[in-house]
Amino acid sequence: MKLRRYGMLCVLSFLSFFVIVPLWLLISGSFMGGQEAAQNFAPVLENIEGSALWPLIPRYPTIQPYVELLLDTPQFFGMFWNSVAQVFPLVLGQVLIGAPAAWAFARYDFRFKKALFLLYIVLMLMPFQVTMVSSYLVLDGLKLMDTIWAIILPGAASTFPVFIMTRFFQAIPASLTEAAAIDGAGPFKVFLRVGLPLGAPGILSAVVLGFFEYWNALEVPLTFLKDKSLWPLSLYLPSISSENLGVSLIASVVMLTPALLIFLFGQKYLEQGISAAGMKD
Amino acid sequence: MTPWLFLAPSLLFVSVMVLLPFGDAVRRSFFSAMSRKFVGLGNYIAVFQNEAFQLAAKNTAKFALVCIPLLLLFSLLLALILNAVKDSRGVFKTAFLLPIAIPVASMVLLWRILFHQHGLLNIALGWVGLESVDWLNSGWAFGVLVFTYLWKNVGYDMVLWISGLSGISPALYESAQIDGANAWKRFWRITLPGLTPTLFTITVLSLLNSFKVFREAYLIAGSYPDDSIYMLQHLFNNWFLNLDVDKMCAGAVLMALVVFLLILALQRVWGKEKSR
Repeated sequence: MKLRRYGMLCVLSFLSFFVIVPLWLLISGSFMGGQEAAQNFAPVLENIEGSALWPLIPRYPTIQPYVELLLDTPQFFGMFWNSVAQVFPLVLGQVLIGAPAAWAFARYDFRFKKALFLLYIVLMLMPFQVTMVSSYLVLDGLKLMDTIWAIILPGAASTFPVFIMTRFFQAIPASLTEAAAIDGAGPFKVFLRVGLPLGAPGILSAVVLGFFEYWNALEVPLTFLKDKSLWPLSLYLPSISSENLGVSLIASVVMLTPALLIFLFGQKYLEQGISAAGMKD
Repeated sequence: MTPWLFLAPSLLFVSVMVLLPFGDAVRRSFFSAMSRKFVGLGNYIAVFQNEAFQLAAKNTAKFALVCIPLLLLFSLLLALILNAVKDSRGVFKTAFLLPIAIPVASMVLLWRILFHQHGLLNIALGWVGLESVDWLNSGWAFGVLVFTYLWKNVGYDMVLWISGLSGISPALYESAQIDGANAWKRFWRITLPGLTPTLFTITVLSLLNSFKVFREAYLIAGSYPDDSIYMLQHLFNNWFLNLDVDKMCAGAVLMALVVFLLILALQRVWGKEKSR
């Protein structure tokens, strides 16, 4: 029995290397100076004979590329800011619009509720290829193409967060909302005083899942933003990869950092959010 | 009245951003964008006859057919192993979930260096005496894409399986053990049947995620990748660049239909399993 457990732990450790090693290479690699990186990667980037090299620890570790990036590369800040300015309002919008809708689905009975909820589920399962042309028609009509609203508005209309939050609101015991109603709280007060605080894990789950999704956005900005100065990091990063190696390595790490921080503090909500998506009604 | 007030902002947004324009797209799919004349199924026929569409549809279907079973199986194995080592699983669970958080863009450089002709993977192959391969510019690109997709999504499905597993009553296992059923039998008789409801949702969600694999494909290979990983989204982007609105509309309606039918079919199969 002990032996089998040992074997399982070995398998798990081996598999986790596939995650840990790339992360480690990326982070330690960001301390390679531009010159060392250029030398190590030359066989790949310039396609000359020889073999690329990515040492586990840089031979000449330096923070010089970090300094360079933070002091001398204003366009990098622009891209980082673009990402922030697109992702945060988008996720905030999802919560502001989605949470009341989720409350209605979770706590009220009304005509067409079942059909409407089904529609929301179907919409949430539709890939971007389906909604792309529709979004384009609206955005073009509203003259919003090539502005950050082209990213924020369609994203805020996503029905996925509504679905997740509904699951969590449903789990709030009815006795609590009834007690608040008896105390004289109107429906909106009940939502604000009981629903939001007790449903907070659901909202956080939707936020964490949404952040990972949109921080990683590619299809939408690629189609709706022609102006490169509006591009978020997720789209810009691949295009700087070979020109400026040291900077591109660090840019990768800088892009990774907010996501890792949110993961660190929000892993619980990430897991809850994923499980909530898997629950059957 | 109250529920409708709560719903109003969301309904308004969904109608304006998605439903109404999609209705418009359905209408446009039967008209020519240039002459504004009714062309019946003309746009659909044009889409089906488009060679790029055939290639992209074939690749997307092939990708889903290869990846989803692999993903389901692999994540189920992980979930089962994690369940067996319960007390020390936290660290591993974190490790397998991490790729969900890692933006694909930040891995691009590393992936290029790994899979290039003169890259790290080929060096490792050289050590064991194997020929080097140009991973990203040959049929192997499909394999790299599958690997990347599994790498990124296995944690997501693993969590779904674990929550499915935790829904199976421990009493079932105890009584089976008393009856003398061995581990293998317990797995086939209790665990697997207990997981069928989870299977449906995981399949649907994985299918949905598989349409997003364009991200990985675009980042490792750009707008014009090897033919083996030319996906539907690449094609839609091309149509978009050429402002081929009628093709895009017909394509979107077709995709919506296919996704809808797939979900219905899965629900059918799953419903039968359950009532058995």
